[in-house]
Amino acid sequence: MAQIHLEVVTPTGPVVSDDVDIVTAPGVSGEFGVLANHAPFLSTIKTGTLTFKTDKQSKYLMVSGGFSEVSNNKITFLVESAEYGHDIDVDRAIQAKERAEKRLAQAMAASETMNRTRAEAALQRAIARISASERARE
Amino acid sequence: MPGLKDVKDKIEGVKKTSQITKAMNMVASAKLRGAQERMESFRPYSEKFAEAMKDLSGGMTVTLPLMEVRDVKSVEIVVITSDRGLCGSFNANIVKKAQRLMDKYESEGKKVSIVTVGNKAGQLFKRSGKVRQAYKDIMGTFQMFNAREISQDITMSFLNGDSDQVDLVYAQFVSMARQTPVTEELLPIKPVEGDEGEAVEKKEITGAYIYEPEPAEIMEVLLPLYLNVQIYHGMIEVGAGEHAARMSAMDNATNACGDIVKELTQLYNKARQAAITGDLMDIVGGAEALKG
Repeated sequence: MAQIHLEVVTPTGPVVSDDVDIVTAPGVSGEFGVLANHAPFLSTIKTGTLTFKTDKQSKYLMVSGGFSEVSNNKITFLVESAEYGHDIDVDRAIQAKERAEKRLAQAMAASETMNRTRAEAALQRAIARISASERARE
Repeated sequence: MPGLKDVKDKIEGVKKTSQITKAMNMVASAKLRGAQERMESFRPYSEKFAEAMKDLSGGMTVTLPLMEVRDVKSVEIVVITSDRGLCGSFNANIVKKAQRLMDKYESEGKKVSIVTVGNKAGQLFKRSGKVRQAYKDIMGTFQMFNAREISQDITMSFLNGDSDQVDLVYAQFVSMARQTPVTEELLPIKPVEGDEGEAVEKKEITGAYIYEPEPAEIMEVLLPLYLNVQIYHGMIEVGAGEHAARMSAMDNATNACGDIVKELTQLYNKARQAAITGDLMDIVGGAEALKG
C-alpha cells in the first residue's frame, strides 16, 4: 500500500516522523482522513485525537491546537502539544478534567469570559487525553 | 603593613569565592546545554510556522483584528530578562535597550506601558511606575503555556484599545560570547512578505491548496499561535543567553580570583619575610647586648 510521510512537530521537538498508511485528524470543520498522494491541503486542528495506521497497527496521539499541511505526499502537523495515548496518565487526566469542570463552573457563575475560555480549553485537553489513552488501550 | 593573619584570612576568603564562581560556571554550562537543546528542538516548529504564515498571508485580502494598523497613541513594551542576576551586563543591556525605546516613544508623545517577563526586568522597571503586568519566577522552568498566558494578556490589551502597538525586547543568542538585545514588533502582526520573485512563486503553489476552513479563518486561529511562538522564542533565546552570559561572567570572576590570590600571596610572603627579618634583628641585637 502506498504510504504518506507523517510528521508531528511541537515546540518541544518532533514527536512523530514516520511513513504511514492513513492519518485521521481532528480538523476544525470536522474530522478528516488523509491517504497517500492527497492533494495539497491546509487545515486548522482542534484539540483531539490524531490516529495513524502502519502495518495494520493503529496509534493514537492526543494533539492540541495547531494546523496541518499536506503537500508532496507529506503531511505535517504543527501543534502546541502531542502525546502518545499509551504514555498518558489516565488518573491525572481525570483529575485535570474534574479540576477544569470546577473552574469552568466558577467562571460561568462569575461570568468571566477570560477564565471561561481558559477553563474550556483545559477541559477539552483533559477530555482529549482521556479519550486518546482509552483508544490506545482498547 | 597588614598583619600576617589578616592576609591569610583574606586569601582563604578569595579562594572560597573562586570555588563558588567555578561551581556556578559549571552549573551554568550544564544548564546552557539544556537550553540549547531546547532551542534546537523548537527550531523546526518555528521555521515551519513562519513558512505557513508566509504562504497564507500572501493571498490575504481581509484585515483581521490582530493585524489592524491604528494610529499609535500608546505602545506596550514586553521586556524579557532572566530571573537571576550574576550574569554580567546581560540583563542591563536588555533593560537599557528597552529604556531607550521607551524614551523614544515618549518623546514622540506616545503613552508607554511595560510588561516584564523575568524577575530582573520587573525589579529594574519597578521604579518607572509604568509596569502594567510583571511575570515573575517564570524563566527557570517555562513552558509553552507560560508564553500563551503572556500573549493572551497582551492580545487582550491590544484588542481593548489600551495599546495600539506592542513591541518585544529580548536578547538574541548569537554565540557563546555574544547576546545582542533586539526589538521586534509583535502587534499589529504584519503580513509576512518575501522577496518579489519568491512571493510570486509561492502564490502559484498556494493557489492549488485546498483550505479548510477559509484562509482568513485559518489565519484567525494561526495569528494568536504565532504570537505564542514569538514570545516563546524570545524566552528561549533569553534562557540560553542568560546561561552563556553567566558562564563567561563566572569565568572572568574565577580568573580575577586567581589574580587576587596571587597578589595576596606575594603580599603574605613579603609580610612573612619582614616579620622574620624583624625577629632576626631582635635576636642579633639581643645577642650583641649580652656580649657587651
